[in-house]
Amino acid sequence: MTGTEGDGRRGPGAGPLLLGVRHHGPGSARAVRAALAAARPRVVLIEGPPEADALIPLAADEDMRPPVALLAHAVDEPGRSAFWPLAEFSPEWVAIRWALEHDVPARFIDLPATHTLAWGRDEPGEGAQEPVGGGDGEPSARASGGPSGGKEDEPSEGTAGELPAGGDGKPPEGDAVELPVGGGGELPGRGGGRPSEGDADELPAGRDGELSAGGGGELPPEGDGDSGSDAAGQAADGVDVRVDPLAVLAEAAGYDDPERWWEDVVEHRGVGEGDAFAPFVALEEAMGALRETYGSGGHDRDLVREAYMRLQVRAAQREFGDGVAVVCGAWHVPALRQKSAVAADRALLKGLPKVKADMTWVPWTYRRLSRHSGYGAGIDSPGWYGHLFGAPDRPVERWLTKVAGLLRAEDRLVSSAHVIEAVRLAETLAAMRGRPLPGLSETTDAVRAVMCEGSDVPLALVHDRLVVGDLLGEVPRAAPAVPLQRDLDRIQRRLRLKPEALERELELDLRKDNDAERSRLLHRLRLLGIGWGEPMASRGSTGTFRETWRLRWEPELSVRVTEAGVWGTTVLGAATAKAETDAVSAQGLADVTALAERCLLAELPDALPVVMRVLADRAALDADVGHLAQALPALVRSLRYGDVRGTDTGALTEVAAGLAERIFVGLPPACAALDADAAEDMRRHVDAVHGAVGLLGDAVVSAQGAARADGGADDSGSASAVAPAHGDLRERWCRVLRVLSGRDTVPGVVRGRAVRLLLDEGKLAQDEAARLMGLVLSPGTPPGDAAAWIEGFVGGGSGGGMLLVHDERLLGLVDAWLTGVPAEAFTDVLPLLRRTFSAYEPGVRRTLGELVRRGPGQRGSGAAAGVGIPGFAADLDSERADAVLPVVRLLLGLDGDAASADDNDLVRVA
Amino acid sequence: MSVSVEPMSVEVSGEAPAVALRPHAEDAFAHELAALAAQDDRPRPTRWKLSPWAVATYLLGGTLPDGTVITPKYVGPRRLVEVAVTTLATDRALLLLGVPGTAKTWVSEHLAAAVSGDSTLLVQGTAGTPEEAIRYGWNYAQLLAHGPSRDALVPSPVMRAMAEGMTARVEELTRIPADVQDTLITILSEKTLPIPELGQEVQAVRGFNLIATANDRDRGVNDLSSALRRRFNTVVLPLPESVEAEVDIVSRRVDQLGRSLDLPAAPDGTDEIRRVVTVFRELRDGVTADGRTKLKSPSGTLSTAEAISVVTNGLALAAHFGDGVLRAGDVAAGILGAVVRDPAADRVIWQEYLEAVVRERDGWKDFYRACREVSA
Repeated sequence: MTGTEGDGRRGPGAGPLLLGVRHHGPGSARAVRAALAAARPRVVLIEGPPEADALIPLAADEDMRPPVALLAHAVDEPGRSAFWPLAEFSPEWVAIRWALEHDVPARFIDLPATHTLAWGRDEPGEGAQEPVGGGDGEPSARASGGPSGGKEDEPSEGTAGELPAGGDGKPPEGDAVELPVGGGGELPGRGGGRPSEGDADELPAGRDGELSAGGGGELPPEGDGDSGSDAAGQAADGVDVRVDPLAVLAEAAGYDDPERWWEDVVEHRGVGEGDAFAPFVALEEAMGALRETYGSGGHDRDLVREAYMRLQVRAAQREFGDGVAVVCGAWHVPALRQKSAVAADRALLKGLPKVKADMTWVPWTYRRLSRHSGYGAGIDSPGWYGHLFGAPDRPVERWLTKVAGLLRAEDRLVSSAHVIEAVRLAETLAAMRGRPLPGLSETTDAVRAVMCEGSDVPLALVHDRLVVGDLLGEVPRAAPAVPLQRDLDRIQRRLRLKPEALERELELDLRKDNDAERSRLLHRLRLLGIGWGEPMASRGSTGTFRETWRLRWEPELSVRVTEAGVWGTTVLGAATAKAETDAVSAQGLADVTALAERCLLAELPDALPVVMRVLADRAALDADVGHLAQALPALVRSLRYGDVRGTDTGALTEVAAGLAERIFVGLPPACAALDADAAEDMRRHVDAVHGAVGLLGDAVVSAQGAARADGGADDSGSASAVAPAHGDLRERWCRVLRVLSGRDTVPGVVRGRAVRLLLDEGKLAQDEAARLMGLVLSPGTPPGDAAAWIEGFVGGGSGGGMLLVHDERLLGLVDAWLTGVPAEAFTDVLPLLRRTFSAYEPGVRRTLGELVRRGPGQRGSGAAAGVGIPGFAADLDSERADAVLPVVRLLLGLDGDAASADDNDLVRVA
Repeated sequence: MSVSVEPMSVEVSGEAPAVALRPHAEDAFAHELAALAAQDDRPRPTRWKLSPWAVATYLLGGTLPDGTVITPKYVGPRRLVEVAVTTLATDRALLLLGVPGTAKTWVSEHLAAAVSGDSTLLVQGTAGTPEEAIRYGWNYAQLLAHGPSRDALVPSPVMRAMAEGMTARVEELTRIPADVQDTLITILSEKTLPIPELGQEVQAVRGFNLIATANDRDRGVNDLSSALRRRFNTVVLPLPESVEAEVDIVSRRVDQLGRSLDLPAAPDGTDEIRRVVTVFRELRDGVTADGRTKLKSPSGTLSTAEAISVVTNGLALAAHFGDGVLRAGDVAAGILGAVVRDPAADRVIWQEYLEAVVRERDGWKDFYRACREVSA
């Protein structure tokens, strides 16, 4: 160790300057900067994939803003990928920037991604592909990443997951290995050791490999193999099972929480006092002792990576002499220090699997850095780290002031006095807990007790906005294309859908496979915010199997594709990840249902469970019937689309039915005491729900009906089984309508509507409807209410009149009532009717007048035919009607053989 | 109602057969406090009997270097206790919030006992609490005989705490009328209590602090003004996080209560306790333990304190009228009483719960039968 120390101390002394860090440790980052400034090396070597060397200069680009990630992906398999996220406070990023600013070459020295990406695939058994990135087909990759992992951001996770593997190249495991989880490997990772200064926390995630993924590290166990998600899983397992070297150190120091120990001992230790290299030396000693005890920690891949790194360091030494600085996970430091035969290292590297890999920079986000999104890079509080790294001094005071600012912006009463008290409490708590400086947990406790009155609700906001943070990185345009773009290119070629700047329309028949895939692609891109195609109303066809798109590829869409690259490496994976995230962050219930619809359109089965869960939760908590009513139609529409596209919509049906139930229960109370505008809204809701309930019933029936058709023509048994569920829902809806129609506190327009709907459904006898109408239009009812009732009943506005023209029964009802009104009362009623009827179009009014003049019931008889509608006979001409039938069948795609089969098919198509 | 509930959490703590039905915390745990004080080498704030670390240990339990075992007084997140103790050390007042039965009073008593060695400087908040209870009153005989003087003044517990640098306690702060509450503002911000009649004031000496408790459910009865609220650091005491934690709390307290009430030790009531806790939790949370079935929640609070009292009651029944073993029948009546507070609505809820959940559950047959019997 003393030798080591010597080395460490003078950069230009005996050997390379090894700076062991904890990935994403702001304290480590500061120490690295200080050490580099003190040693002024002639070359900086950084743990990371060497394929990215060419990308290093981009880090100096002024459009480059961390957090960003290096993305490695297999060229022919975009789903197999690995990410190395870098935040502003990452020691590696600091090292890169230092090198660029001082015109010193920087190089990555970890095992090339070409091997690490292949690791998973070639390894027997283990799921090859997956491991890394998930690779297998792309889909899977993403899939694995996303869904399984964390669903939240999957990308991250996915990637992360992968990454790890990939990440470090082997590393994945490698690191992981070490550190358990957390940090990813290296504990060091975590710990990375760094010395740090101050910062806090943490964990670093792992990083090491950045991958940190941490988890990645762990993988080892399995081998790499598994898919990202597995990796994660394993990682977790690994943690449980394996010895955590950091925990061993912490335990020796009497800490029960290794993270806290790291924070206190390493990150919080005196800032910048004394020797810039001292912390690294101390850390190296500790890691050396650990590695002596635990060896590679069970991660054989680490050995391979370290062999490669040693070779690279040696090469650099030949070129630059002693002016070599190496920034790597602290865990690796002892291995790099160790002298081993070149031949032995070379032998380790022989015969490594390879895959053609490509690298680029992609924007990253704080959220994805946080552990909540999976194993992402595995740090809990990127926003807090960023603050620690960025704050010039008094980090606690500045932090609490920031928190106060946020709470004030959210209209909470937080004064400077609160901030003062919070600072005092945080500092006293730190003293009480024996910590040198307040950390995140002390400040959080202080914020809760002082500023939030003990409530966790505002605290969640603080956590989300500040502790994790919203920062989104940027990558210069010059960065190479992301794998998502490649995946898109491939799909475009396969589907023969070329991006053209010229606007054109595309008609899709969803019954054809190719068209259906095109539609899915366009829908997925729309979800990702890549507006290549805009859906249009289909011309001349209302069939659900037809879609019309307006296509236009704008140059800036390429940028969008790059941005969307954070979500994943394939279109499917990225869209799934985005949909899940959108679902979780959606504001209103209607947003979620709309999203569910889009998921079905885009066929994202993996995203659907998440969306459905969010939907069910939101629906359960949303007390506003209006919101529920708005949500239902989209949901029911989704069901129908699902039918056309053969998606399994069982879960959706359940949620929709549950939503309908809630509406049934909540609607009557919600209709009381509404003003005119609110009543009009409510009427629309009632209409929407009515339509939706009808369709919902149909959906249930059609699902079963289809089965029945398969089974045989007349399976009356299943038919009757279907009926109850279907009828049940409608039956209950009718009961709700009946309640509405009979309750005086319900506004007239809603009551009238309810009566009309019941009448249409045949649930209300005509004379009963007439009685109700008479009741409402009698003198005892306030005129405004009565007018509203009529409006609701016959349908106000421009559309309502046509109904009266064509629905003789309705007209008869109104007419009969009107003629029954005594002469003296008539003048009172007149204004009410006028209010409704005057809104009709002139043509409609005239036709109505003509119909009425003819007298009730006449239109039905042959005699009046000529007058009815010009050009039409009064009765059906069955001969001519029969002649039309074959054409109708043809249009509907029916063979026209068995009548019963027709019916079924009809239902199915509809 | 919750006034009657709250005292449960304060209930007895007796360890030794003391003369008092319920000895004060500082008496009941005198040996623990003495052991802590003897071994406490950390700095103590002025007039504190123990250092903040020792106070936290006293509340959370632990084993001292000399082997003395400190029993946990509060079972819950360590973080909360640390924040509470730290708050007292920073001279900010502490407000303990929580639904009835979450041990607010219990915690405040033990905090006061550990910090000042005296938990009796107590103002019980009620709708009729007068200003005199917080400031000072007069001995009218003295006043008439000798005119206004310090001798004629009757200090409140808060005033005494200020003068002596002790910890004062205000229970049920939100039940106190708003104008009376606000007399605390000067005390907490200026740390002084003016006596205009004498042209004097009582200044708080170092070591003075105040612990207030309030029910979440009472928020709004006499909500704190924001001026007053600002003087407090707030700690919300949660309901136990898991069934295990709650069973543990209930068993521990029942055990202590049993000793002070001279109940014969029951062999092992853990199964029954677990059932009581499960029923309480499920009804309180409105969902079954497996998360599958939604339930309606009755109007009662069904706190841990009530579970403790149900079990204690059951133990007494079992000891005096049964065979000494806690059985379903012994707790059934207690549960019914705790759940059905509103005879109409709650009874329906309870019946639904019995039929839909209890009846279906494996191994709960005897419990179901016992409940049916008392509910009928």
